[in-house]
Amino acid sequence: MKKTGIAIAIMGLGFGLMSGGVSAADMVVKLGHVGPLTGSISHLGKDNENGALLAIEEYNAKGVTIGGKKIKFEIMGEDDQADPRAGTTVAQRLVDAEVVGVVGHLNSGTTIPASRIYHQAGIPMISPSATNPKLTQQNYAGVFRTIANDVQQGGAIGKFATGALGAKNIAIIDDRTAYGQGLADEVEKSAKATGGKIVAREFTNDKATDFMAILTKIKAQNPDVIFFGGMDAQGGPMLRQLKQLGINAKFITGDGACSGEMLKLAGDALSGNAYCTQAGLPLDKMPGGKDFKERYKKRFNLDVQIYAPYAYDAAAAMIEAMKVADSTVPAKYLPALKAINFQGVTGNVAFDAKGDIKEGAITVYQYKDGGWNPVP
Amino acid sequence: METLLQQIVNGLVVGSVYALVALGYTMVYGILGLINFAHGEVVMIGALTALQTLLILMGVAPDMAPLLKLAIAVLVAMPVCMILGFLMERLAYRRLRNAPRLAPLITAIGMSFLLQTLAMIIWGRNYHTFPQLISTTPMQPIPGVFVTPVQVAIVIVSALVMAGLILLVTKTRLGRAMRATAENHRVASLMGVDTNAIIGLTFIIGAGLAAVAGVMFASNYGIAHYAMGFMPGLKAFTAAVLGGIGNLGGAMLGGIVLGLVEAVGAGYIETMTFGFLNSSYQDIFAFVILGIVLIFRPTGLLGERVSDRA
Repeated sequence: MKKTGIAIAIMGLGFGLMSGGVSAADMVVKLGHVGPLTGSISHLGKDNENGALLAIEEYNAKGVTIGGKKIKFEIMGEDDQADPRAGTTVAQRLVDAEVVGVVGHLNSGTTIPASRIYHQAGIPMISPSATNPKLTQQNYAGVFRTIANDVQQGGAIGKFATGALGAKNIAIIDDRTAYGQGLADEVEKSAKATGGKIVAREFTNDKATDFMAILTKIKAQNPDVIFFGGMDAQGGPMLRQLKQLGINAKFITGDGACSGEMLKLAGDALSGNAYCTQAGLPLDKMPGGKDFKERYKKRFNLDVQIYAPYAYDAAAAMIEAMKVADSTVPAKYLPALKAINFQGVTGNVAFDAKGDIKEGAITVYQYKDGGWNPVP
Repeated sequence: METLLQQIVNGLVVGSVYALVALGYTMVYGILGLINFAHGEVVMIGALTALQTLLILMGVAPDMAPLLKLAIAVLVAMPVCMILGFLMERLAYRRLRNAPRLAPLITAIGMSFLLQTLAMIIWGRNYHTFPQLISTTPMQPIPGVFVTPVQVAIVIVSALVMAGLILLVTKTRLGRAMRATAENHRVASLMGVDTNAIIGLTFIIGAGLAAVAGVMFASNYGIAHYAMGFMPGLKAFTAAVLGGIGNLGGAMLGGIVLGLVEAVGAGYIETMTFGFLNSSYQDIFAFVILGIVLIFRPTGLLGERVSDRA
């Protein structure tokens, strides 16, 4: 009780200082974080928030001085329930609370509409996990992400199919959603560019359960590799039906079906022929991964889920940019954020002209021993 | 050639499920002139009830023979759906029997949402894995054509159930009462037929068929979900219209034809239109066929001309 009282007092003081522009010893600077903290993927949302929290706590402990003032960073955490409407509501709340930057949101579907609100308010945002290319194609100056996007993912899948898997003939299926179709188009481009031939391009939808007709058609084309752009709810039954039709081609799918749920839904149809990809690196492969894992565990007594290191780097990028610009004012540190280049937990953090991470990594997983294992 | 045969197999399997669900639509329409849009949801409830039963059985008696487990699951799912069908009629539709046509239609749509939401509350939003107790390992009766035992079971069970229904309607006293009620409620009741009971029974039988269809659907695809009933329901309704709504044989024929048209359409639409259309038009293709049939035969393939229903 007493602690909260003090915190509120400090926050109040911080506000007073910011609005009054009076310099003093300690200044509170608030960063927003948004992710789903309720609902089916709330564990991922909390993981992201913890990642960002760990970053600011470490900077606070080290001590950051900007514009001659010692800065104390705070996280204002909001819940968007993975719902686009709730996403824009909490985005507005963060804008009203005058945060200087936002780490989030988690899903592409919530991040894209929310990004407009941050853009209009002139507040930079960095998503640690939204992979849809559209996010950065809006040409909003203050929108970044620390994770590879679906263009990079699709490119990697195409190259993996023609390269490591040695595929000549490739069949592509997508579920006609923005995500599935976008990813499938990138796979097609990249596979063609690396010498693959697209022998079939078939479509289904994100509510379908029967793929026998399109798979039968694909079978007649005798592909080496079948790619599916879509979610696990379709990917699982599709894999079962491949087996029922006696199709032995290798099967690759994107991050939407690269889940534990996919393992359940596909059941005994899974074999070493099944591959999937995830944006980003497994924690152990990240340059700062091992160390991060321990720090995270020590602080929260939890294991890292997926994106916490990306949220950590997103928060760190903002603070590093503020240090370079020697200002916490969004308009002043934004140019520094665009040009930021530092070694983060996940690798080198630097953004291209659109705001995408420059060296976005993609990891390919193969089904083995009951789970997805990174292909070495 | 193998591809065409394989597509025909695919179409027959899907079509059998459509046919079984379509019977529920067509029976209710035949007797009440009501399109029970919640019928697809009964399919879903059937599948999820069976899933729940299987999960319990696997916990209680893991060593039980798989087919016995499945049989018990069906025997639990059917009465549950039958009770649901009866309650739907009794609580939602009976009061509206003499209301303007739109009222029961809207009620049916509302019932569909209600059942979906209830299922979501009970079973959650996640997709569930439905245990595939009948083998899905493919056999090749003709080289290059793959058929799984579960697919064979689906076609056989549908055929048996449909034959049983036809016998019931054409050969028994009960069936005669049903046909009489369909022709004219009031006259039938004057002749001593308890029309309320007959109408209730129609819903019960339709729901029982839907439960079987739900279990077959879930076993074939290995998946169950609170929204799984919507698409098959819509397709089955289309099948019922295609075959001539109100006509039992028509529903079966419509289901099989729709399944075949979908499978063959998805497989060959691109070649037939020289790459102009592709498999994303799979569903549209089925509806184009429906449109053409209705232009030339407004009452469907086997539909008869009937005077306006009450």
